[in-house]
Amino acid sequence: MMLHRLLSGDFPRSRILALALLAIVAALALAPFLFPGARALNVAATICVFVVLVASYDLLLGYTGIVSFAHTMFYGIGAYGIGLTLHSVGPTWGAVFMGLTIALLLSLALALVIGLFSLRVKAIFYAMITLAVASAFAVLASQLSDFTGGEDGRTFGVPELLRPGFRLVEAEVFGTAINGKLITYYLVFFSALALFLLLLRVVNSPFGRVLQAIRENDFRAEALGYRTVVYRTLANCLSAVVATLAGALMALWLRYAGPQTTLSFTIMMDILLIVVIGGMGTLYGAVVGAALFILAQNYLQALMKQGSDALVAVPLLANLLHPDRWLLWLGVLFVLSVYFFPTGIVGKLRNLKRS
Amino acid sequence: MTTTTPTATADAELPRLRLDTPPLLVLPILALLALPLVGSFPTWVTLTVAGLAMGMMIFIMASGLTLVFGLMDVLNFGHGAFVSVGAFTATLVLLPMQGWMQADSVLLNLSALGLAIALAMLVTGALGWAFERIIVMPVYGQHLKQILITMGGMIVAEQMIHVVWGPDQIPLPLPTSFRGVILVGDAAVEKYRLIAVAVGLVVFAAMFLVLNRTKVGLLIRAGVENGEMVEALGYRIRRLFVGVFVAGSALAGLGGVLWGLYKETLTATMGGDIMVLVFIVIIIGGLGSVGGCFIGALLVALVANYTGFLAPKIALVSNILLMVAILLWRPQGLYPVAKR
Repeated sequence: MMLHRLLSGDFPRSRILALALLAIVAALALAPFLFPGARALNVAATICVFVVLVASYDLLLGYTGIVSFAHTMFYGIGAYGIGLTLHSVGPTWGAVFMGLTIALLLSLALALVIGLFSLRVKAIFYAMITLAVASAFAVLASQLSDFTGGEDGRTFGVPELLRPGFRLVEAEVFGTAINGKLITYYLVFFSALALFLLLLRVVNSPFGRVLQAIRENDFRAEALGYRTVVYRTLANCLSAVVATLAGALMALWLRYAGPQTTLSFTIMMDILLIVVIGGMGTLYGAVVGAALFILAQNYLQALMKQGSDALVAVPLLANLLHPDRWLLWLGVLFVLSVYFFPTGIVGKLRNLKRS
Repeated sequence: MTTTTPTATADAELPRLRLDTPPLLVLPILALLALPLVGSFPTWVTLTVAGLAMGMMIFIMASGLTLVFGLMDVLNFGHGAFVSVGAFTATLVLLPMQGWMQADSVLLNLSALGLAIALAMLVTGALGWAFERIIVMPVYGQHLKQILITMGGMIVAEQMIHVVWGPDQIPLPLPTSFRGVILVGDAAVEKYRLIAVAVGLVVFAAMFLVLNRTKVGLLIRAGVENGEMVEALGYRIRRLFVGVFVAGSALAGLGGVLWGLYKETLTATMGGDIMVLVFIVIIIGGLGSVGGCFIGALLVALVANYTGFLAPKIALVSNILLMVAILLWRPQGLYPVAKR
C-alpha cells in the first residue's frame, strides 16, 4: 500500500524490470560501501543525476511529445547558478540557496518565454528554436569569461559539511570513512530519489494524463477543452526546473561548473540517447537507460580499446573500435531503437511478459 | 518564389501573384542603417561583402533543407552531416593536388577546386540518396521520429568521418590565386569572398530558373503547395522528392566545400555547428520558401557581421534577436508557404 503511494501506482509491470530497478537502486544506495574508490563513486553520483535529468527530459519527449534541445541549457543554469554564487559569495549554505533560487527563477523565466513563444506551433519548430537558443547560451557562457570563467569554468568551495576533509564520525563504518564526500553523495542520491518520485507522481496525475493525450492527438485534446499551449508550457517549465535542480546537484558533487560538463551539445545527445534507448514515455526507462549508459561510457571504452588493439593490423576496423568511437555504436543503436523498439528497453521488457 | 509564370497557351493572362516587397526592402535598409553606425565607408564595404559572402554560403547549405521540408514535410536534422562530408571529401582531391593548388595559375587552381567540388557533390548526393532510403523513408509523417532519427543519422555520420579521416582537424589552405585582397577604392575585399558571392548568386539564379521556368520546377512548387493534388494528377511525387533530397544534399556538400575553404580548417562537427545558423535562416525565411531562405541567409550574415564589428558581445546572440524580431513581425517567417 505504501509502495503504491510511493510509486504513484505506476509499477514496473515486468518482473525482470522490477528486479533490475531494485538492483540499480540498491547498488546506488550502498555504492560508497559496495564499490570503494573515487571513480566508482563518481560513476554512481553521475548515474543519480542523470536519472533525474533524463526523467525530466522524458516528461517532455516521452510524455508530451515535445522535442527540446535546450535541456542542457537548464541543466547548465543550475550548475552555473550554484557555481558562480559559491565562487563569488563564498562557501556558505546561504550562497547555495541563493544560487539555487536565482537559477530556478532564470530557468523558469526562460522556459516560460521560449514555451509561450514557440510551443503554439509544431514540434519541429520548437526543436529548431531551442537548438538555436541553447547554442547561443552555450556560446555566451564560454565567451563571458570574466563572469563564468569561460572554457575553463569555475571551481569553487562547498560548505564545510560537504568537504572531503570533513569527518562526521571519526570511526570508519564497514571500512568506509564517513566524510563530506559521502555526505554529498547521499545528498545527491536522496535528492535524486525524491525528484524522481515527484516526477513519477506528476506523470501519473490527471495533469500527466492530459500531457499524454496531447502527445497522442493534440487536436483532440484541444477539442476536449484542454488548452494545449498551457499544458505544454507547464510541462516545459516543470521539466526545466527539475533539470536545473539536477544541474545544481551535479555542480555540488563536482565542485565545478564548466561548459564541457553541463552545456555541451554532447550531453544533449547523451540525454536523447538515454531516453530513447531506455524507453520513451516511461520514467523507469530513465533509470535503466542512465545506469547502462553511464556504465558503458565509463567502462565500455576500456573494452573497445582492447578490441582496437587486437585489430591494429586492420586499418579501418581498428579505427571503428577506437575507444573514442563509442558514440558511433551508440548512434547506430539509437537509430535502430527508434525503428525497432520505440519504447526502448522498458517497453521490450514489458512486452516480454505479455507475449 | 512569389512570382509565377502563366502557362504559355492560356488565352487570357493569368493573374500574377503580387510581389511581396517589404521583406526585399529589409536588406538594403539594414545595410544603409549600418553605414552611419560603422562610420567609415571602406570598413562598411568590407563588412558588407563579408556578410554577403557568408550569407551566400549559408544559403547554399540551407536551400536544400528548406525545399525538402516544403515538399515533403521532412526536416532533416542530419543535414549538417552532408556539409561536413562534403568538406572532407574535398580534401581527397585538394590535398593530393597540392601542386595544382599552389601553382600560380588561375586555371589550375580553378580546375583543382572544380574537381573537388564535383567529387564532393557527387559523394554527398549519393549519401543523401542513401540517407533518404535508409533513414528517412520509414518515418514519413512522424515528426518526432524524424527529428530523433535524423539526429541519430548525424551522430553516425560525424563519427564515420572520424573513422575515415581520423580525429584531428585538417587544414585546408586556399588556392594561391584566391588568396589576398582586392582594393576597391579604399576598401579591402578578400578575393575568396567575392568568389563565394559569385557562386552563391549562380546557385540562386540556377535554382530560381529551374523552379520557375521548367516543368520539374513547376511540379516542385506545386508539390510544396499541395502534394496530394500533384499525385492525383498522376505525377510520382515520391520520385520528385528523392530527386530534391539528393540535390539538396549535393548543395549542402558544395556549401561544405566553400565553408571549409573559408574557415581553412575542417572539423567533423563543422556541419553540426553551422546547422544552428541554417535553422535560424529557414525559420526567418519561412519554412519551405527558397526566396525567403535567400533573404534570410543574407540578413543573418549581414547582421552577424555588423554587430560583430559594432558590439562583439551582442553578436553572439544577434541571430536570436534577429529571429525574434522577424517572427514578431511575421510569425510564419518572411515568405510563409501557403500550406502552413
